[in-house]
Amino acid sequence: MDGSPLAPILDVQGLRKVFGHLEVLKGIDFQVRPREMVFVIGPSGSGKSTLLRCCNRLEEPTAGSVYVEGVNILAPNVDINAVRRRIGMVFQSFNLYPHMTALGNVGLALRKALGKSRQEAEAVAQKALARVGLADKTQAYPAQLSGGQQQRVGIARALALEPAVMLFDEPTSALDPELVGSVLNVMREMRESGMTMVVVSHEMRFARSAADRVVFMDQGQILEEGPPEKLFGQPDHPRVREFLASLEAH
Amino acid sequence: MMWARFLDTFFNLKVMAQYLPKILEGMLVTVQLAVCIVATGILAGLVLALVRAFRIRPVNWGIILLVDILRALPPLVIIILFYFALPGVGIRLSGFVSTWLALSLVLTAFAEEIFWAGILAVPRGQWEASRSTGLTFIQTLQCVVLPQAVRLTIPPLTNRTIAITKGTELGAVVAVGEILYQAQTGLSFSYNPSPLTLGAIAYVVLFVPIVYFGRWVESRFAWRR
Repeated sequence: MDGSPLAPILDVQGLRKVFGHLEVLKGIDFQVRPREMVFVIGPSGSGKSTLLRCCNRLEEPTAGSVYVEGVNILAPNVDINAVRRRIGMVFQSFNLYPHMTALGNVGLALRKALGKSRQEAEAVAQKALARVGLADKTQAYPAQLSGGQQQRVGIARALALEPAVMLFDEPTSALDPELVGSVLNVMREMRESGMTMVVVSHEMRFARSAADRVVFMDQGQILEEGPPEKLFGQPDHPRVREFLASLEAH
Repeated sequence: MMWARFLDTFFNLKVMAQYLPKILEGMLVTVQLAVCIVATGILAGLVLALVRAFRIRPVNWGIILLVDILRALPPLVIIILFYFALPGVGIRLSGFVSTWLALSLVLTAFAEEIFWAGILAVPRGQWEASRSTGLTFIQTLQCVVLPQAVRLTIPPLTNRTIAITKGTELGAVVAVGEILYQAQTGLSFSYNPSPLTLGAIAYVVLFVPIVYFGRWVESRFAWRR
């Protein structure tokens, strides 16, 4: 493993993913360095979510390689569960466990994957929930929480494992507009504390203000990437201009 | 006049009093049989459904074949096979054991299907969330999927369990001294069907609480919504 501080935490090379006859990812090269917040944008069906899901092998890549902290996670002898503990994931539909309280949701992996005692796990879970502003909701079940609160529990669940990188798969797409802010605030706080993040999102204004780098994908390929002021200001690629214009038309 | 005749035939208190001890004895046997069937049937059904969750193709084909055959066969046929056919190959089972094994196999088949449907009904996102935090397949099954699946299965499983435990009456055919057997015996000795009425009452007394128990379990397993 490369010890230099700029060695990428996530390094994707030549990634291809084929579903039947459909090539969803057509050779993606993509790096994320420590403390970076990278936004992946693009039209729906462009392969953004698939790219994210290949990074922790929720989807099996067809070809290419994915390194997380220098470990080839596609190697046949890799302990995928150990790798996944280092990669937090936040889902569009939250995917909270409905039969557990917020504390239980966050504590489960601490106990089962990290082997902490129930007491230890609850202490860590409590802290993680406080960090996302839900210190008073630890005993609430998901159905008793608003969408924004549920998603913050989802973030706390991933955050509690102290991952090296967090993947956000359209974290605010299922939320009512007035609840989006609470989730974005948590993400902004995480960025300030130095968490490495990859975010698939349609929140362009947030991307513009918070992202270190924006990656534009279309039809399974990265068409352009760069700092937000460049990509939103003077994109090189006509397809990017077209996409941004179509968003502004709404 | 007609009423008196009717009451004398079906609700003859003298005959009922005479056969009450036998019916009570039968109730005890029915309860024992039912408890054995439920315990082994549901447990085996759950185990098969869990094995099936591993999706090992040849194994799953075996499970599906077994389950489909057991669901298609009338339970009485299986009881008779066990009781009358197995001695032919040197295996001698009592009426009680034959009935127990036969009905618990039938319950196994139905329970497996119900548990499997429950496992499938848990959204894929639940698996993904759990696996993404580093839980293994088995931990995910145990801590995330099964608790949700079991809750979904309680109502159909209760109904099916009641239907199959009522099948304990089929044990009468192979001389198991359960309620129906005692009632029929009483009928043939007294030439009066009142023991059958008593038997019917015994079934109601036994199974109505089970129906309520099912409801109670259902509400216990419900998490707050």
